[in-house]
Amino acid sequence: MLGLALYILLAPLVAFTIVIFFGRKLPRGGDFISLFAIWSGLAASLYLFFTQMLGHYDPAFALSYRFDWVTWGTYKLNIGIAIDNMSMMMLVVVTLVSSLVHLFSVGYMKGDPKYHRFFSFLSFFSFSMIGLVLADNLLIIYAFWELVGLSSYLLIGFWHEKDSASNAAKKAFVTNRVGDAGMLIGMLICFTALGTLNLVELKDGVAQGHLAGGLLTAAGILLFMGAVGKSAQFPLHVWLPDAMEGPTPVSALIHAATMVAAGVYLVARLFPILTPDASLVIAYVGGFTAIFAATIAVAQNDIKRVLAYSTVSQLGYMVMALGTGAFTAGFFHLVTHAMFKACLFLGSGSIIFAMHHVLHNIHSHDDAQDMRNMGGLKKYMPVTFWTFLIATTALAGVPFTSGFLSKDAILGGTLAFAMEHPKHWLLPAFGFAAAGLTAFYMFRLVYLTFYGTFRKGSEAESHLHESPRVMTVPLIVLASLSIFFFYAAPAFNPTTPAGGWFATLFPTPENVTLASGRYVSPASSRLGDEAVEPTAEHASGTEALHSAHLEHLAHNWAMLISILVAGLGIWIATLAYYKWKIDPEKWRLRFGVAYRGMYNKWWCDEVYKATAINGTLGLSKGLAWFDGAILDGIVNGSATVTRLFSTVQGWFDNKVVDGLVNLTAMVVGFWAHFVRSFQTGQVQRYLLYTLAGVGIVIILVVI
Amino acid sequence: MGPLTIITFLPLVGAAVIALLPKESIKAVRWTALGTTAIVLLITLSLYPQFSPGLIGINDPASFQFVEKADWIPSLGVSYYVGVDGLSFPMILLTALLCFLCIPASYGIVKSVKGYFAMFLLLETGMMGAFVSLDFFLFYFFWEIMLLPMYFLIGIWGGPRRVYAAIKFFLYTLVGSVLMLIAILAFYFNVTDPATGQHTFNMLTMMNQENHSGILLINSVRSLLWFALFIGFAIKVPVFPFHTWLPDAHVEAPTAISVILAGVLLKMGTYGLLRISYPILPDLTRNFAWFLAMMGAINIIYGAFCAMAQKDLKKLVAYSSISHMGFVLLGMSALTSAGMNGAVMQMFNHGTITAMLFLLVGVIYDRAHHREINGFGGLANVMPRYLGITAVAFFASMGLPGLSGFISESMVFIGAFPVWRTLTIISILGIILTAAYLLWTLQRVFFGATNPKYEGIADINSRELFTLIPLAVIVIYLGVWPHPVMELMNTSMTYLGNLVSGSGL
Repeated sequence: MLGLALYILLAPLVAFTIVIFFGRKLPRGGDFISLFAIWSGLAASLYLFFTQMLGHYDPAFALSYRFDWVTWGTYKLNIGIAIDNMSMMMLVVVTLVSSLVHLFSVGYMKGDPKYHRFFSFLSFFSFSMIGLVLADNLLIIYAFWELVGLSSYLLIGFWHEKDSASNAAKKAFVTNRVGDAGMLIGMLICFTALGTLNLVELKDGVAQGHLAGGLLTAAGILLFMGAVGKSAQFPLHVWLPDAMEGPTPVSALIHAATMVAAGVYLVARLFPILTPDASLVIAYVGGFTAIFAATIAVAQNDIKRVLAYSTVSQLGYMVMALGTGAFTAGFFHLVTHAMFKACLFLGSGSIIFAMHHVLHNIHSHDDAQDMRNMGGLKKYMPVTFWTFLIATTALAGVPFTSGFLSKDAILGGTLAFAMEHPKHWLLPAFGFAAAGLTAFYMFRLVYLTFYGTFRKGSEAESHLHESPRVMTVPLIVLASLSIFFFYAAPAFNPTTPAGGWFATLFPTPENVTLASGRYVSPASSRLGDEAVEPTAEHASGTEALHSAHLEHLAHNWAMLISILVAGLGIWIATLAYYKWKIDPEKWRLRFGVAYRGMYNKWWCDEVYKATAINGTLGLSKGLAWFDGAILDGIVNGSATVTRLFSTVQGWFDNKVVDGLVNLTAMVVGFWAHFVRSFQTGQVQRYLLYTLAGVGIVIILVVI
Repeated sequence: MGPLTIITFLPLVGAAVIALLPKESIKAVRWTALGTTAIVLLITLSLYPQFSPGLIGINDPASFQFVEKADWIPSLGVSYYVGVDGLSFPMILLTALLCFLCIPASYGIVKSVKGYFAMFLLLETGMMGAFVSLDFFLFYFFWEIMLLPMYFLIGIWGGPRRVYAAIKFFLYTLVGSVLMLIAILAFYFNVTDPATGQHTFNMLTMMNQENHSGILLINSVRSLLWFALFIGFAIKVPVFPFHTWLPDAHVEAPTAISVILAGVLLKMGTYGLLRISYPILPDLTRNFAWFLAMMGAINIIYGAFCAMAQKDLKKLVAYSSISHMGFVLLGMSALTSAGMNGAVMQMFNHGTITAMLFLLVGVIYDRAHHREINGFGGLANVMPRYLGITAVAFFASMGLPGLSGFISESMVFIGAFPVWRTLTIISILGIILTAAYLLWTLQRVFFGATNPKYEGIADINSRELFTLIPLAVIVIYLGVWPHPVMELMNTSMTYLGNLVSGSGL
């Protein structure tokens, strides 16, 4: 089984290596190699899924293999892969969406000069994502975390001739790095306290109380920062909408279904060691992100941007669910969302593909992604339309879809949480409001694109046609997987995932920090609990009864309210964009600042540019100036001073010291000259001097 | 004659042969240089399987490997004493490798080729000698030998401001040397070899605290000596604020010399601290470890900010070196096993990664004849292979997992965090800055519309690839499986960390 997992992991890596180096020389750019790698991976994942997960039906299944990677001192850091139900589920999601996106790309990227490179990058991404899912250790999660970030960078910037694409790629990487820095610090706290980064050992260590209290809360929040970056949670969400610069299949795979869900996956993995305080922070970040992004999505005109903000919002839901303790619901939404959001993105890709064709043929430079250029596509693109519609209903939370099941579970869990802790009523309020907005903006999108008349005129209309089968088949598969049916077996209850295989296999893991915790998450949010042995802690006596009652109540209310708000959202969208009974223009003006805020993404980018970006650049310029002018100035200045000193000293040496020397010489010379004047060489003179001298001596003696 | 003597002096022999060759036979000169460095590399590699990673070295004469010892100036207690341990062995591997790769990278040199390669080989002798010396006098001797050819290599074969840069480099390093010399003499006159009763330059004798006498017993004097050594080595690393010679030297130096400068010479600074300051003055090292950590954090952040502001590609890489050497300081300041190993691993990894970066700058400079980051643009489509290999180097420099920088940076963080929590957190912010400036550079050079000036520019050629691919392979290989280099140093570095952290008290 581990061998199979290793195959799933390494096949895309091999494909990447072959295609990047030799793809150009291979027929079809070697796309079949990438396709084979991922499709065989899918087959293997499905095999594991059916034989192990559904076959053995063991919620506690876990298998791992590790080896020593780095040794320092006597410490051996081991790494490895771990398979449990969660990673198997993720394997299926990742390989399935990835396989379909690979297939879709064959059509979508046809004729691109960098076709082979695109497939090699897709393979590289698949490898990194699968590695992330299989990692048994935070350090390796972090490693693959960065690698998916790299693939994302490469694919967002795939059309790097466009400045907007390369800007978006850079923005994505750097924004993620901010989150990653936090995650790294969180890992260091864990490692320092527990001496391990292995997920299982981490949990054991926390359970034994080696890391607890404020430090554990800090560690949890810091680790969550990584998820804030990767899963585009407020305030690090800004990169995801820009990431839509990448080719649309990439948006579907990386920026909707899989990579952005990695943050949620991480939180789910860390779930057992999150303290109540950390969980609360996580819940609020998620809840706020859900409503915040939904308001922005309402006002966007670019089809991919609507979906991007919708993704941010839905990721917020998942994070909120995990924060409020609704583990099963959060993870469930990750899976269902992956399917219908990938479908929506690929559907938008199909639309953009058609629009490109049309605009190209009428020699127009209009934006192929602007919904205001579309309209009436339903007639020409029936498969795209129907699949898109199904996925939309799932996202909007219409009954009998997978989205209804998962979103309802989240809302139920959040509501139950708020009933238990009434001061946190804001969380379900965020959730329901976002649900209403989601229904509204999604149907706005559907009406603007598929209904009405085509807004580029009849000549252009004649160029409209459905996308090739290689693109529509993935749509059909993903749309089918948006039906509740697949997730509710064997209970087939369309109102709750409880009783279905998913809820059974993914019960809420026990939170090991709760031993000293201040509150116990309500059992209501723990969908899977019926399946596991009730633990003594929260299933005994009145508490259990109370919880069960609360769960029932919250679930029913949540279902009612969510159907109501979703219906309301759809109804308003229908009035405004289908029947045109409400004039959106008038409402736009009526909303004034609020609308402009939504339209301008609440000016997040502007604020970041004015503060973080300009601050950093300013500081870097300032320090570079300091380096050149001050530090180097001191160095050069000291050289100048030394030279000046040497000049002065040289003068001193020349004039004073040497002057003295010369003066001495002069004095000596003067006397020498004087004395020399006596030495004429004439004997008569010497005789004369002698006589004079003798005379003087005689006179002196005599007198 | 043992292998260490051969790898140290073979380049000198090569230099002598080159000096005897006729001026016109450029080919013969190049082949001699290439052959010499290749043999040195092969011998060094052949030592790899013979090297026992379990032996400590550091301050234990018995566990040094490939030791050679002979009297040199017996009356002064100077001996020719060489040997390697887990600290120096990775460094001589790095030196041998980079010197070999730098020869083909120097084939573009046209001005007095003979002199250039002779100087280059002399430089290799100096570096090898410094890494293998176990006698302080010998170490100082080789340390000064490095200085001279470097001065000429920058001053003669450098860019427009070469003379300024060369003199700055020379004087700056000389200041450090003088401080080191003072410390050496202080040690010499206050250390007696118990076996002979004489003063000695033997480092290992100096490391034994029982041999210290006289002023070495006065704590304030020891502190002064520690700082004298620190400044001497800090200038080489370079540690803020002694770093301003580096950008100038790099910008003016020819490509291969930049590679050696950043790849090997900078390591000389941290190597000196680890080889000399740490074991000879362990108590002071422990006392001033916070200072090393602080300087490390400053280097990381300050270097990254300065790099971000640079307009010259080579200057950017130079400042990134300052930033990355900060990780070495941070790791070694922790004295933990992870930190010490991470530091030496980072020295090795930075050596290979920065060598790639400078070689890559050289590639584009040879074609465009300028290094203005904003003067390129859109090279991705005309130079795809160049982009590919540049991306490997840039992402390695960013510490991306799967590439060697990740391991060493992680180990530094793991090692330093329990000891210097705040400083480590500050340093971690450096990884955001690093990503920002490197990606911004990548974007400005490669992405966007192709600059019409460079439509027809040639992609990287096979000679350039010959120098880059081995480095890329090492960077990727060690990123996935760091063991082959890690295992060399573990015993020695763990021991050294314990030695210092357990000293004095």
